[in-house]
Amino acid sequence: MPVRDDEKSLKRTPLYDLHASLGGKMVPFAGYDMPVQYPAGVLKEHLQTRSSAGLFDVSHMGQIALRPKSGRIEDAARALERLVPQDIVAIAPGRQRYAQLTNEDGGILDDLMVANFGDHLFLVVNAACKEADEAHLRANLSDDCIIDSHADRTLIALQGPKAEATLAKLCAEAPGMKFMDAGPHEVAGIACFVSRSGYTGEDGFEISVHAADAERLAKTLLDNPDVMPIGLGARDSLRLEAGLCLYGHDIDTSTTPVEAALEWSVQKSRRTGGARAGGFPGAEKILAHFAHGASRRRVGLRAEGRAPVREGALLFADSAGGEPIGKVTSGGFGPSLNAPVAMGYVPTSLSALETKLFAEVRGQFLPLTVAAMPFVKNTYKR
Amino acid sequence: MITTLYTSDHEWLAIDGDVATVGITDYAQSQLGDVVFVELPKLGRTLKKAEAAAVVESVKAASDVYAPISGEVLATNPDLAAEPALVNSDAQGKAWFFKIKIADKSELGGLMDEAAYKAHTA
Repeated sequence: MPVRDDEKSLKRTPLYDLHASLGGKMVPFAGYDMPVQYPAGVLKEHLQTRSSAGLFDVSHMGQIALRPKSGRIEDAARALERLVPQDIVAIAPGRQRYAQLTNEDGGILDDLMVANFGDHLFLVVNAACKEADEAHLRANLSDDCIIDSHADRTLIALQGPKAEATLAKLCAEAPGMKFMDAGPHEVAGIACFVSRSGYTGEDGFEISVHAADAERLAKTLLDNPDVMPIGLGARDSLRLEAGLCLYGHDIDTSTTPVEAALEWSVQKSRRTGGARAGGFPGAEKILAHFAHGASRRRVGLRAEGRAPVREGALLFADSAGGEPIGKVTSGGFGPSLNAPVAMGYVPTSLSALETKLFAEVRGQFLPLTVAAMPFVKNTYKR
Repeated sequence: MITTLYTSDHEWLAIDGDVATVGITDYAQSQLGDVVFVELPKLGRTLKKAEAAAVVESVKAASDVYAPISGEVLATNPDLAAEPALVNSDAQGKAWFFKIKIADKSELGGLMDEAAYKAHTA
């Protein structure tokens, strides 16, 4: 059993007492004391989210507002484009987009969501990166934007096929929202920011609410018999099945967006020949990767047997071992597939679908196949 | 007569003559959560006490199961390959891991009886 020697220094989210009352098993995660699972267990929580609806406390993540000093949202968007390879200017009011903060070497400092709230941009960033992200934003954007950390806000994700019907009872606008719509809405009479997004591959919503109202809102959502509380354990297996990157594992400062197979997230306007090509940190390297390809690539991996192939497992071209060709960056058991799933980096020459590879697990070389992601078809309402 | 003893690493062993049946305790399975895979030792392998003998994988993590005593592996449980979740539903019954021929009975001396194990996990 892990020894929790850092227990005293852990932060708590505004939903800590609720987690405790629901029997959440708490573990340290990104400096917070977070529920890894509830009494139902990871498997049931995972399958519940795929078949009905799950409620996740994701308020360890950072929420940051960028307010243009000029009052023109386009100025905030142009400023943020100095730090990310995405087209921020084109995000329409009420829309959200996935982005990455990059470094001078083309690596990823963090991945984030960027929403246009009309008069300001609203960012959701990873828990472990939020302080560094905020400092990075302040250092680079302070001339153009007021950077407002929403440390007083809680973030709740409601995910799964019954998320829409659940939220519709509390927020009349919810069913009318499409995937990646985002804006201020009242939920159960409480002022919230709602986006139709999540990180499970399921349709669903993320709801940002003031800390003071968070527990009331979470309890109201949990009053619905279709909704169960879901811990970090199932959140991880859900996002893995959805083929989504976990920062610090599948992407980090050593991986470019092209190596990470995130080309889809970089709009043409920022690529070579586009209206606002380049101009972000590491543009030279990232655009070269777009032009010529990268030497390695993130791929999905399916194992033949039942043994999970986990993060850190070395990958080989054949069962004789020899020099490893890559490494697994996320891996585990996919409860919806009832089979192991993994993702990792391999040479681009070995990244084609159906390529046979081997992973070393406890001295054995287990056969794997490069497989399409997502492993489980996503159900976003586009 | 069968005597059941326990290790501080949460293995149980049911001793019947010079053969011990080994598994993980109900307490251990409750801490691991949903078990999705069990890797068992090869038949005929000679285990040393405290050596990693099997692996039990939950959705989240892999955990070693140690040989509670030295000896040769006489049998492994075929049901676990087909249904790893047996570990969660019947850890100290149907979900036994392997049977071992006890090499040295003096090694049993350091193990706990049920009352001592209950106190250990209290």
